[in-house]
Amino acid sequence: MDTKADDEGNLPIVVEFTGGLELLFSNQRKHQIALPSTDENGRSANLAFLVRYLCQSLMTGRRKDMFVTDGTVRPGILVLVNDADWELEGEDQYELKRNDNILFVSTLHGG
Amino acid sequence: MDLPNNPVLRLRAQIASLEGVLADLKTQLIDAEAYYNQSASAKADSSGHLQIQTFSSSPFQPLNHHEKTFESLIDQLDLSQEDNWGRSGKLTLQEHTRYGRQLIMPEIGLRGQLRFKNAAALIVGVGGLGCPAATYLAGAGVGTIGLMDGDTIELSNLHRQILHTQKWLGLSKVDSAVEKLMERNSENHYVAHHCNLDQKRAVETMRKYDLILDCTDRPSTRYLVSDAAVLAGKPVVTASALRTEGQLMVLNNPPKSLDNPGGFCYRCVFPKPPPAESVLSCGEGGILGPVVGVMGVLMAMEALKILSPLHPDHGYQDPTKASCDPIPPSLLLYSAYSNPPFRSIKLRGKRKGCPSCSDTATITEESLKSASSDHAAFCASTSPAPPPNTSRISAKEYSKVREATESPHVLVDVREKVQFDICHLKGSVNIPYSDISRDPEASIDKLDHAISDGNSNTADGVSLYLICRYGNDSQLAANTFKTLPRFQPYAKYDFKGDISGGLRAWTQSVDPDFPEY
Ligand SMILES: [Zn+2]
Repeated sequence: MDTKADDEGNLPIVVEFTGGLELLFSNQRKHQIALPSTDENGRSANLAFLVRYLCQSLMTGRRKDMFVTDGTVRPGILVLVNDADWELEGEDQYELKRNDNILFVSTLHGG
Repeated sequence: MDLPNNPVLRLRAQIASLEGVLADLKTQLIDAEAYYNQSASAKADSSGHLQIQTFSSSPFQPLNHHEKTFESLIDQLDLSQEDNWGRSGKLTLQEHTRYGRQLIMPEIGLRGQLRFKNAAALIVGVGGLGCPAATYLAGAGVGTIGLMDGDTIELSNLHRQILHTQKWLGLSKVDSAVEKLMERNSENHYVAHHCNLDQKRAVETMRKYDLILDCTDRPSTRYLVSDAAVLAGKPVVTASALRTEGQLMVLNNPPKSLDNPGGFCYRCVFPKPPPAESVLSCGEGGILGPVVGVMGVLMAMEALKILSPLHPDHGYQDPTKASCDPIPPSLLLYSAYSNPPFRSIKLRGKRKGCPSCSDTATITEESLKSASSDHAAFCASTSPAPPPNTSRISAKEYSKVREATESPHVLVDVREKVQFDICHLKGSVNIPYSDISRDPEASIDKLDHAISDGNSNTADGVSLYLICRYGNDSQLAANTFKTLPRFQPYAKYDFKGDISGGLRAWTQSVDPDFPEY
């Protein structure tokens, strides 16, 4: 696991998964990652890029459809940027900053 | 003998136990009648009219019982109107004592207690969330508590559904809850709804209540509770729990009305239902009792806060005034094994064009009643059925394979290791479906190892069977395996089939001693 970000243009961020999503990511809730600060096209890394990056680099489970459908996080998952709904922050266009905390919450239904 | 699995013995035990309770109640009634008759005649003898004991023994002049020596906030409040069930607002002497510990809290006070007494809360689902929520609402003196559930009590409910006990196995959850809540507080009125929430009657039922607690356990009901509550104009406390985590939200608070746009609803947060295959129930995912218990207790607290909002004019002065400000839309997360375990996240709130709660809402009472908004279908529509695995055999057929000495084979159990360790069929090899789906090739390597370590039967064409708990994952595993070269005809493995119904079917049709969990 990456604990320290390098200074070569990588953003140190914390990514967390709850509500069962952690099962897709080595059954680990909290990941400290160094996200490339620019995406495939050289634009600043945003949440859309983070989601692609997580699918490629961090996901260990094969059930990608439990996380992403139609190119974005599936219905029933909330994405939180520093504990606030990403819809308050520009959704997948939000540009990540150093030390951001991104939380993916899958809804629970048991009771 | 295992009581719960034998209905005759179980029912006999329940009847014996309930007859014991009944006999006890009859004895209590005889005692109570004797005591009541005695004391009533004693009072009538001494003064000619009934008087309150503590007053007649005071050192002051005997009082005319029409004259009051005290006044209370009741005199200033207009709480004289009757509620849906004909209850009006005043506290009895006994109620002063019963609620004394919360009555002296500035957040509650007499005003709050009277509001509780005149309030009606509907608890939808009397399971892991509903039991603790109902217990605290009943204890707090919420005057009318509706309990809705169509289910009966199973042995696997008891580790978390704290109102239900062994002697009620097989009986109605609602009846069990009413009985226990009456024991706690018989001052309240309990309304039994022996059914699950029904689209046709949901709004009408909710209109009789002030507040709805969504203690249900599936997505379709969560949408229905929210939709119906918005239409009925009632706030909703909703929570859920699975494995080690819980979530809680307060919806439609304040309720939508003609002059108030109202708070956000469930659809504002989750406009689209989750794909059905991503939804786990407590039976599949597991649940820890205290986790769902904590969520139910938190629901009760949120309910009390809504029923008796802090009032700056009456008694309680909040120095920060924070609680009088509108509450920002939020979702509370509880994760028992995380640090910190509690976390509140800020939600976007009301969604423009929400089909349920916006100005342009399309869900109406009529559409809810008609089949056009079938909530079960709405939530199931995104679920593609798993492609059927054509080679399946029944548990009975497989038991014959095991009996035949000339049919050496390998049985792969695809449950998670924790379940395999609880109990498995002798000789079976554990390769969890989660591993198979992640890396099918590596899991076949693991199978190769397990077979060559265990015995000499490593020739090509080993017969292979798959099993899981209920027969779903074994089917998915079969579909995954069948695409691999090592499973093609004349290759190493000769895939015979998966056992339909899984180990549950094994218990039911082959070996009743194999534990069901
Ligand atoms: Zn809404």
